[in-house]
Amino acid sequence: MNSSGKITAVAHQTSSLRLSIWLKPVVFLMCLLPLLFNVTGLFQGKLGANPVEAILHDFGLWSLRLLLITLCVTPLQMQLRWGAVAKLRGMLGLFAFFYALLHFTVWLVLDQQLSFSSALADVIEKKYITIGMLALTGLLLLALTSNRWSVRRLGVRWKALHRIIYPLAVLTIIHYLWQVRANDVLEPAAYLVALLVLLIWRFIRMIKH
Amino acid sequence: MIIKAANKIRSSEITSEDVFLKRRELLQAAGLALGATTAAMLPGAGIAASGDGPEGQKLDGVTAWADSTSEKQTPWAQATSYNNFYELGTDKTDPQKNASRLITEPWSVEVNGECAKPGKYTLEDILKPHALEERVYRLRCVEAWSMVIPWVGFPLSDLLKRFEPNGNARYVQFQTLHDPQRLPGQQYPVLQWPYVEGLRMDEAMHPLTLMAAGMYGRVLPNQSGAPLRLVVPWKYGFKSIKSIVRISFTETQPDTSWNLSAPREYGFYSNVNPTVSHPRWSQAKERRLDGDGKGLAALFAEKQETQMFNGYAEEVAGLYSDLDLTKNF
Repeated sequence: MNSSGKITAVAHQTSSLRLSIWLKPVVFLMCLLPLLFNVTGLFQGKLGANPVEAILHDFGLWSLRLLLITLCVTPLQMQLRWGAVAKLRGMLGLFAFFYALLHFTVWLVLDQQLSFSSALADVIEKKYITIGMLALTGLLLLALTSNRWSVRRLGVRWKALHRIIYPLAVLTIIHYLWQVRANDVLEPAAYLVALLVLLIWRFIRMIKH
Repeated sequence: MIIKAANKIRSSEITSEDVFLKRRELLQAAGLALGATTAAMLPGAGIAASGDGPEGQKLDGVTAWADSTSEKQTPWAQATSYNNFYELGTDKTDPQKNASRLITEPWSVEVNGECAKPGKYTLEDILKPHALEERVYRLRCVEAWSMVIPWVGFPLSDLLKRFEPNGNARYVQFQTLHDPQRLPGQQYPVLQWPYVEGLRMDEAMHPLTLMAAGMYGRVLPNQSGAPLRLVVPWKYGFKSIKSIVRISFTETQPDTSWNLSAPREYGFYSNVNPTVSHPRWSQAKERRLDGDGKGLAALFAEKQETQMFNGYAEEVAGLYSDLDLTKNF
């Protein structure tokens, strides 16, 4: 590397350092917006005739969207050589779990109204709910091990464990697809395409290296 | 008195909701405590005054049916903004947003099949001989929610008799308008278009089966299936086909749209039945949508037990005495 290259690299580092200072808190607040909109919408009566269903669906959708956004972090980091963005990965993943947990809680408390027998029957009988529970359990596992202690403790196995985010995203999309009525598959299909693109990117990288 | 006066106001003269809401904000800002009565007296406020009261042309000479349910009615605003009418979009709020696309004048209904008087009947031909009745029915959607709606219409049997169905007429099929311009949802192959539904002849002739032209004392809003729709209160809502343009008397069981789409999930009968679980939704309970959907109360309102035949078992159970309802779901 010549000297001008070094200077550019250093300049790049400082600018991304500056970026990283505001990036994380801004994205953190943005991730709270879906929750905020649902709360304000509820009290303004803007969630429609069936607010439980509206909130349930919205939290589920945001969990999936955040899961896919989380998976975009590494490609962004590699393709744009934008190191700072990597710091968002853990937080975005935790928000995906946060909305999955809210989605589950709304289902259990407001939809099933804490009737554990009927909730359990639905988990067993309705395949899309079985799949959803499986995905939630996986996300819980990732959330519990997304701390420095676990990274150190698990070593190389940590990376292998956290790769299950891909199958979890697949499960989440199936969970969504299986409850679509008739052929109204446009939105879940779009998420599926996004996931496929991310998987292909991973695959190509794997072959190259 | 106020309602009568409001009725004469043409829709072009009605203050748009936006303008009205702005005016309300202005009044509130000025610290004026205006009651509903005062607000209704404001020039131009008219029937849009409440912002969510019934709108549309008022129907005259409607008599009250004696057996209406006295349960709390779903507010007009909720009944007209939470609809399954895939021809106007698949989100619950889409039909209201796209309602203006559905032009219902002129409208005619083709009658064909096993009957003595087939032909093309204008909407006026269809409606003219019938006295309108208001019937408050429970409406149970297969998605495990329900509403209570004051329909305005007349028994379907009175209409069908006019076409003199013959001895071969064992079923009757209905078809929704097929026009992707007026029903833009039909531009997408979400279901096989046009939407079709059907009833066994004895179900069609049952006194509870209603041909509706209105609700809440007004003509049907487009998102609710204007200008003519079926209401079969003991069956899941999708049987109550909207915006009808064809009635066919048939000898064999006709196709029905949801059955074509997913035969494992939706049978021909689709009677409300809490003991037969649907692959997506347990049918044991339902969420009654009769509030304004606002605040914590709307979140924690308790679901209620779904009744056999949606609470109309006494009237209709006899139709199915020789049928295994688990198989014929």
